[in-house]
Amino acid sequence: MTRELDVKIKRGGDDGGYENFRVPQRENQTVLDVVTWIQREADPTLTYRFACRVGVCGSCAMTVNGRPRWTCRTHVSKVAGDGRLVIEPLENMPVIKDLATDMTGFFEKWQAARGRFEAAISRDDPLVPILPDSPERRAADAAIECINCAVCYSACDVVSWDQDYLGPAALNRAWAALNDVRDGDRAGLLRAVSGDAGCGNCHSHQSCAEHCPVEINPTRSIAGLKRASLVALLKGER
Amino acid sequence: MNMRLYFLQRASAAILALLVLIHLAVIIYAVQGGLSAEEILGRTRGNLGWGLFYGLFVVTVAIHGSIGLRGILAEWTRLGRRTVNGAAWATAALLLVWGLRAVLAVVGEGAA
Ligand code: SF4
Ligand code: SF4
Ligand code: FES
Repeated sequence: MTRELDVKIKRGGDDGGYENFRVPQRENQTVLDVVTWIQREADPTLTYRFACRVGVCGSCAMTVNGRPRWTCRTHVSKVAGDGRLVIEPLENMPVIKDLATDMTGFFEKWQAARGRFEAAISRDDPLVPILPDSPERRAADAAIECINCAVCYSACDVVSWDQDYLGPAALNRAWAALNDVRDGDRAGLLRAVSGDAGCGNCHSHQSCAEHCPVEINPTRSIAGLKRASLVALLKGER
Repeated sequence: MNMRLYFLQRASAAILALLVLIHLAVIIYAVQGGLSAEEILGRTRGNLGWGLFYGLFVVTVAIHGSIGLRGILAEWTRLGRRTVNGAAWATAALLLVWGLRAVLAVVGEGAA
């Protein structure tokens, strides 16, 4: 007889509740496999989101047994030794339906934190040489592999207390941009990250770094932003 | 919080760390052999040094305390930004008035 997993799924947002499913256990099964099995075999109305299934797109994150995780790369055997799974949507974002959250606010904050490149030169100018081992390139490297999954954002207490806080992902992205020596608007970026909703709110308690599936440390990036904005403030640059 | 507040809170904390240590040392020194109002006033009355010391103490407390309270209110209550800022300013003003009155009372020459 195949062993079965005992799966509880949160449905219907704040007013909803939990629904139980029995799902056949398989070898090398991921949490995303479990959710997909339920939608295909048990209840086609279950809503969730995924795309790449290989940890690249960042769209499959959910709360699994209380922790935010990328479900396509989370093995059931690793997180549910006793065969029980509780799967809920991510925190800190409104639920669209069942396990799918509305990430609009999350991405708007990337823009608000100026988490994008502002070109200083045009395509006709000569290329800017960037040495791979320069301090700026290394700092950018450490922050750059973010897959926009919002796991850190879901894990951040300060975001849940203060919905305006830009949050770890947006600020981490801004730190990567700040270390891009080709970026043409350093002052604008520092203004964007050091306002009332900015890096000064971070408590440095590293929940974001603890949960990030690709081992980025947003806390460190935010500490860098604090330092840079403080120096800019004391020098009267902003 | 914005960077200006962030800076003020850290800077006031750094100053307070030093002032509190001196304050504690003075307390321990002052209670040796009993404590009386005359003894305290004898030390502080007309003493510009202690006046400046406790004046600075009050100012840094007002800055540090009000920014800290602002953070707690912003994170732990659903109050809007304006209310939170108003409460922080009110706290700062209250601490300043109370504190500076007390400093004047122990440093000033007249009756406390
Ligand atoms: S370290 Fe900062 S950004 Fe990260 S979870 Fe804590 S408060 Fe949020
Ligand atoms: S920093 Fe990590 S946890 Fe946060 S969005 Fe990027 S990849 Fe996800
Ligand atoms: S489905 Fe793309 S990261 Fe999980």
